Amino acid sequence: MSSDAKKVLTGPIVDNNPIALQVLGICSALAVTSSMANALVMSLAVIFVTAFSNLFISIIRNHIPSSVRIIVQMAIIASLVIVVDQVLKAFSYQLSKELAVFVGLIITNCIVMGRAEAFAMKEKPVVSFLDGIGNGLGYGAILMLVAFFRELLGFGTLFGHEILPLIQNGGWYQGNGLLVLPFSSFFVIGLIIWALRQWKPAQVEKD
Amino acid sequence: MSSSDTKKKETFGKTVGFVLAVCVVCALLVSFSAVQLKPLQQANKLLDQQTKILEASGLLAVALEQENIKTAGSADKSIVDTYNNRVEAKMIDLDSGEFIEGDVINFDERRNARDQSLSIKPENDIAGINRRSNTAVIYLIKDNAGEIDTVVLPIVGSGLWDLMYGYVGLEADLNTVKSVIYSDHKETPGLGAEVLNPKWKALWPGKKIYNEAGDVEIRLVKGGAKASDVYGVDALSGATLTSNGVTHTLQFWFGEEGYKPFITNFRAEGVQ
Repeated sequence: MSSDAKKVLTGPIVDNNPIALQVLGICSALAVTSSMANALVMSLAVIFVTAFSNLFISIIRNHIPSSVRIIVQMAIIASLVIVVDQVLKAFSYQLSKELAVFVGLIITNCIVMGRAEAFAMKEKPVVSFLDGIGNGLGYGAILMLVAFFRELLGFGTLFGHEILPLIQNGGWYQGNGLLVLPFSSFFVIGLIIWALRQWKPAQVEKD
Repeated sequence: MSSSDTKKKETFGKTVGFVLAVCVVCALLVSFSAVQLKPLQQANKLLDQQTKILEASGLLAVALEQENIKTAGSADKSIVDTYNNRVEAKMIDLDSGEFIEGDVINFDERRNARDQSLSIKPENDIAGINRRSNTAVIYLIKDNAGEIDTVVLPIVGSGLWDLMYGYVGLEADLNTVKSVIYSDHKETPGLGAEVLNPKWKALWPGKKIYNEAGDVEIRLVKGGAKASDVYGVDALSGATLTSNGVTHTLQFWFGEEGYKPFITNFRAEGVQ
């Protein structure tokens, strides 16, 4: 793999993370991170949608009339999201029940449109595809990290397996009720952003 | 983006044509996936419903313990087989409490409750359901000898955030509770969502619905029910409104506007 392609693929995970640096896609990061299983499926769905919407938009980028380009992008993204939703309902019914409306809301995820508009409209298909995967991975990495803390400290489980036995199930751990609720992700994401910028001071915004 | 100077001049016709072409391709993609995956989705939905009904009747553990469930996927088959062998779905008219003929497979309580001609507004809507379907599909579960040993009744009522859908499994006397299983709810995780906690569900078996006078007595008790209280179940801690919702749901559905006419009939006449 050439170093350029590698940079496109891995750059968004730490150096240019869509959630931590660009602060995009926060809405779904709040909603689906109460369990790691949900976060994993949501991440895979977003990786799929960003990658293929980037690919298709890049293929037809020279033909899209610029006056309607956002609508064309939306049509492609929305179609992909519906396909993902249908596949989830067919092969992972329980998870699709829990994720419910949030899969549909991938359409409005700023990361997908942001990459389509900022990257796929200018670059060649293959590198756009990789960029989509990379940004999906960056989104997924933060989602999994947030879900790790929320599920472990909120419910005492990871992927549904008991790690810290809860008092209500006869154990010793009192689940943190705050982390169970969606808005606690603000705190977790905030702490992640702080930690990331301590590690990589270049990400700190200038006043 | 400096596309306008590098590209050919856009014309109205070209733009419309391009958008139409994109729409057609997208529509084909979406409809192809929807049509192709529909049988699988329906099978999943049915399996989910059958699993909940078996769970409410106490047969789920039996279905999952059968010796042939060693390979992946056979658990689903065992659930379907057990359901087909042991469960009979029947439609009833809630006001008269009589069994009626009806399409039990395509019955949809939620759709009926939205249809003015198929539902009524309960006079005493303690469960907060707004409209109640005139008919209901109930499930008779038979033992190996073919005798009815459990009756599963679907229930619905408001929790804290939204309607909660579930099933109540009753012994053949239609008074002793076997289980209360929620299948669809939007309660707060860790608080109201504890209706799915196995420890809480284990509190239900043996509780009675009606007292000696025939009134609905079952309820959740804040702070914990006494061990001798056959009508009381511990409320969920930190979830007063969900607990109230469960109590009201049960009191509504076992009252006059719920299953009481059916239960009275069924005790007198059995399955007619």
